[in-house]
Amino acid sequence: MTPRPIDIVLWVVIPYLCLAVFVLGHVWRYRYDKFGWTTRSSQMYERRLLRWGSPLFHFGILAVFFGHVMGLGVPKSWTEAVGMSEALYHFLAVTVGAVAGVCTVVGLAILIYRRRTVGPVFRATTRMDKTMYVFLSAVILLGLWNTVASNIFGHYDYRDGVSVWFRGIFRFDLHPELMTQAPLGFQIHAMLAMLLFALWPFTRLVHVFSAPIGYLWRPYVVYRSRESRIGSRAPQRGWERVGSGDRP
Amino acid sequence: MRVMAQMAMVMNLDKCIGCHTCSVTCKQAWTNRTGTEYVWFNNVETRPGQGYPRTYEDQERWQGGWTLNRRGRLTLRSGSRLRKLFTIFSNPKMPAIDDYYEPWTYDYETLTNAPLQEHTPVARPKSLISGDDMKIRWSANWDDDLAGAPELAPADPVLTAIRDKVSEKVRLEFEKTFMFYLPRICEHCLNPACAASCPSGAIYKRAEDGIVLVDQDRCRGWRMCVTGCPYKKVYFNHRTGKAEKCTFCFPRVEVGIPTVCSETCVGRLRYIGLVLYDADRVLAAASTKDDTDLYRAQREVFLDPHDPAVIGAAERAGIPRDWIDAAQRSPVWALINKFEVALPLHPEYRTMPMVWYIPPLSPVVDVVRETGEDAEAAGNLFGAIDALRIPVEYLAELFTAGDPAPVNAVLRRLAAMRSYMRDINLGREPDDSVPAAVGMDGETVHEMFRLLAIAKYDERYVIPAAHAEQAHALEELATECSLDYEGGPGMGGSGPFGESSGGVTPLAVENFHLLKERQTADDVTPLRSRVNLLNWDANGGTEGLFPARPAEGAADIDDPGAEAVPRPQGPTDAAGPTGAGR
Ligand code: HEM
Ligand code: SF4
Ligand code: SF4
Repeated sequence: MTPRPIDIVLWVVIPYLCLAVFVLGHVWRYRYDKFGWTTRSSQMYERRLLRWGSPLFHFGILAVFFGHVMGLGVPKSWTEAVGMSEALYHFLAVTVGAVAGVCTVVGLAILIYRRRTVGPVFRATTRMDKTMYVFLSAVILLGLWNTVASNIFGHYDYRDGVSVWFRGIFRFDLHPELMTQAPLGFQIHAMLAMLLFALWPFTRLVHVFSAPIGYLWRPYVVYRSRESRIGSRAPQRGWERVGSGDRP
Repeated sequence: MRVMAQMAMVMNLDKCIGCHTCSVTCKQAWTNRTGTEYVWFNNVETRPGQGYPRTYEDQERWQGGWTLNRRGRLTLRSGSRLRKLFTIFSNPKMPAIDDYYEPWTYDYETLTNAPLQEHTPVARPKSLISGDDMKIRWSANWDDDLAGAPELAPADPVLTAIRDKVSEKVRLEFEKTFMFYLPRICEHCLNPACAASCPSGAIYKRAEDGIVLVDQDRCRGWRMCVTGCPYKKVYFNHRTGKAEKCTFCFPRVEVGIPTVCSETCVGRLRYIGLVLYDADRVLAAASTKDDTDLYRAQREVFLDPHDPAVIGAAERAGIPRDWIDAAQRSPVWALINKFEVALPLHPEYRTMPMVWYIPPLSPVVDVVRETGEDAEAAGNLFGAIDALRIPVEYLAELFTAGDPAPVNAVLRRLAAMRSYMRDINLGREPDDSVPAAVGMDGETVHEMFRLLAIAKYDERYVIPAAHAEQAHALEELATECSLDYEGGPGMGGSGPFGESSGGVTPLAVENFHLLKERQTADDVTPLRSRVNLLNWDANGGTEGLFPARPAEGAADIDDPGAEAVPRPQGPTDAAGPTGAGR
C-alpha cells in the first residue's frame, strides 16, 4: 500500500519538523536563555499540595518514560531473544504501567488543581505553562486510555505498529502506513506527543535535561577561579577580554 | 599547606544601635526587585528573638549545615546526596514564604482616586505574593527591640537551648534586662553547606578571596541550597526561580572599597580584612568531634601572615604580595587571633563561618550601672561577668556552641580595656594589674582600644584591590548591567572607529576608584578624569560630561595606546558604554 500524501505529512514531515524544533530549540534556548533555564519552583508559595503532587507525578512520569524506552525503543525480537515471553512482557507492561500511569495522573491532577486554586501559584503561571499543561495532560490521559482500551476492547500490539514506525524515524526507515493502521487513540497520542516535543524547549520542561545526576560524584564544595571563568555567558560584543582570540 | 585567602568581616556588637541602616542600604543595592521583596541579604535581629526567617537556628527542624555521621564523617545534616536527589521534587525542609514573611505594598492610589467621602481614605496593605488584601502579621524584624517578647521570645531556639541550664525564673528576669542586636549577612563559609547541597554545582567559592556566589546561569532552581545553609542566607527568588545570596559586594571589594553594609554602618562597627588559611586542614577542623572544640579548631585553620613559612607558601600559591601585606594589616586577623575578642556565629553548624562577632559587654555594664555601682571599675565588671550567668550562657550558645569559657574571657578582656582606658582618660595612673588579669599588657590594650574605638576608615577596611590587570575581567564576572541588552544604552560595542574607540574601562571600576579617592581625601578636589552622570557630585566642573567639540574629539580618538584611559568621547560614539555620548 503506498501511503497517501496526507499520511506522509502527518507521520513523516510533522515528526521530523517537531524533532528538529526540539533539538534546535534546546540548543537555542541554552545559548540565549541560560538564565531562564530553571524549574521555576513554586514551593515558596505552597508546599502541602506540592508535597504529594510533585513526587507522585515525577516518579510516575519517570517510570512512564522508561516504559516508553522499553516499549518503543526495544524491538520485540530482542526481548524474545532474552527469553521473555509475550505474556510475561505484557503482564509486566500492564501492571507496572498501570501503577505508574495512575501515579502520574493523580500527581498531575494535584499539580493542576494547585496551579489553578492557589492564588500565588496561579499568579506565577505563564501562558507557556498553561499551553504546556494542556498538551502534557492530553498526551498523558490519552496514553493511559490507550493502555486501558487496547487491553479491554480488542487487542492492538503497538510493538508491531507504533514502535516500528517510531524507531523508523531515527533509522530513516519510514513507515507512515503503520500509523495509519493504528487505532485512532494511538494516532492522536503520538501526534500530540510530537507537538509537545516541539513545545518542549520553550517551556519549563527544559529542566528535565538538567537532571543533576553529576551531583553524586562531584566534590562537595566547588571552587572557581576568577580568571579561568569570566562570567558564565559569552561577553557582550565589544567587551571581550584582551587576547580572547575572536578578534579580527 | 595549601594557603588560601579569605575576605572576612568582624562586627563589634557593643556598638550596634539596631538602626537597620545596613539592611536598608543593602536592600537598595541588591534586592529591591520583584521576586526578592522578602529578601534581606543583611538583616538585623534583636536577641533574644526568633530571628529571620523565624527560628532558623532550630536545626532539628530546618536541618541546615553539617553534622557528623555515626562513623564520625562530615555529612550534610539534611541527608546524603542520594537522599537529596530523591527528595528533589518537593524539598521537605524548605522554609515557605510565611516563615520569612509575606511582603506587601499599599494601594496608595486610593488616596488620590477615592471619591469624596466622609472618612479619609486609607491605603490598604496588598500582598506582593498573591496581590490580594492582607493583614500584616510578621516581617523581617517584627520582634524588633523585644516587641512582643513575652509571647515571641520563648520560641527563640537559643533560649530553648539554655533553658535546661538556667532556671526559668532567671530566664524571665533576663528577658527584662538583657537585649542586643545581631546584624547578619552570609558568612562566606570556608566549608559552605549551601554549595555542598547545590545539585547543579552553581554555588561556588571564589578561589582568590573566598567569596561564595551563585552562578545565575547555572542555577536550575532545585532550591536545595536554601535548606543547606544553616544561617538561611540563601534565598529563592520566587520570580526568576533562582537562588540568590549576599555577594559580599564583590564589585566594590574588588576595587578596594568596603561592602555597602559596612560603608553605611552608623555605628562604624564593621571591620573587613583578609585572613589566610590552610585549605588542607578545613575538612579535619570541620569534623572535630566535640561541638565546643570547633571554635578552637577553626582558629587553628588560620595561618599567621607574619610567619615566613606562611608567606613563602602563600607566594608559591600565587597570592600577590600586596595581598599578603593586607593580610598582615588585617583588622579581622588582629581581632580574632591577636586580641582574641572575636568569635564565630554558631560554629556548631560546622560550615566554618567567616563573619565573626565581638560579643556585647553592654548588657553586663548596664546591670552594674543599675545597681548604682561604678560600671567602669574592673573589679565590679569582672564580678558581674562571673555572676550574670544568663547573658554569658546566651552568648555562649550563639558563639561557642555553649561553652561559656571563651565568652567569659572575651568579656573580661573588654571589661579590662574599659576600665584601663578610663583611668588614662581621666588622667589617673593606669593600673597595670588590670590588663595583666586578662593576660594582656598595657601596650596591647592600647592597640586594641585604638582598633575598637577610633580606627579610621582605612584601618577598619583593609581591602587589597583585585589586580588591575584583571580589572576588566572581574568587572564582568557574574555582574550584568541591566542596560546591556542588544542595542540598549549600556550595550558595549565597537565604536565607529574600530575596536578600541570610545572608553572601554568598565564604568563601575572607574567610578569606584574615583569616588573612593574623594571619600578618603581630606578636601574636595575636582574630579580628575572624565565626569559622567554617575560620578558627578556637583563639586567642581563638568569636564567631559558633554561631548567635546568635534575637532578635539576626533583628535583624541586617534591617540594610540589609549586603550584604558578614560577620556571624552567623540560625538558620534553614542554607543559607548556610558551612554552619555550624545
Ligand atoms: C528528570 C528528572 C526531573 C527532575 C529532577 C525534576 C524536578 C522538578 C522540580 C524540582 C520541579 C519544581 C517543583 C516545585 O518546587 O514547584 C519540577 C516541576 C515540574 N516538572 Fe519536573 N523534574 C524532572 C523530570 C520531569 C519530567 C520528565 C516532566 C514531564 C514530562 C516534568 C514536568 C514537570 C512539571 C510539569 C513541573 C511543574 C509542576 C508545577 O505545576 O509546579 N519533570 N520538576
Ligand atoms: S552562610 Fe553563606 S556561605 Fe555559609 S552556608 Fe550559608 S549561604 Fe553558604
Ligand atoms: S547600620 Fe550598623 S549600627 Fe545600624 S543596625 Fe546595621 S550594623 Fe547596627
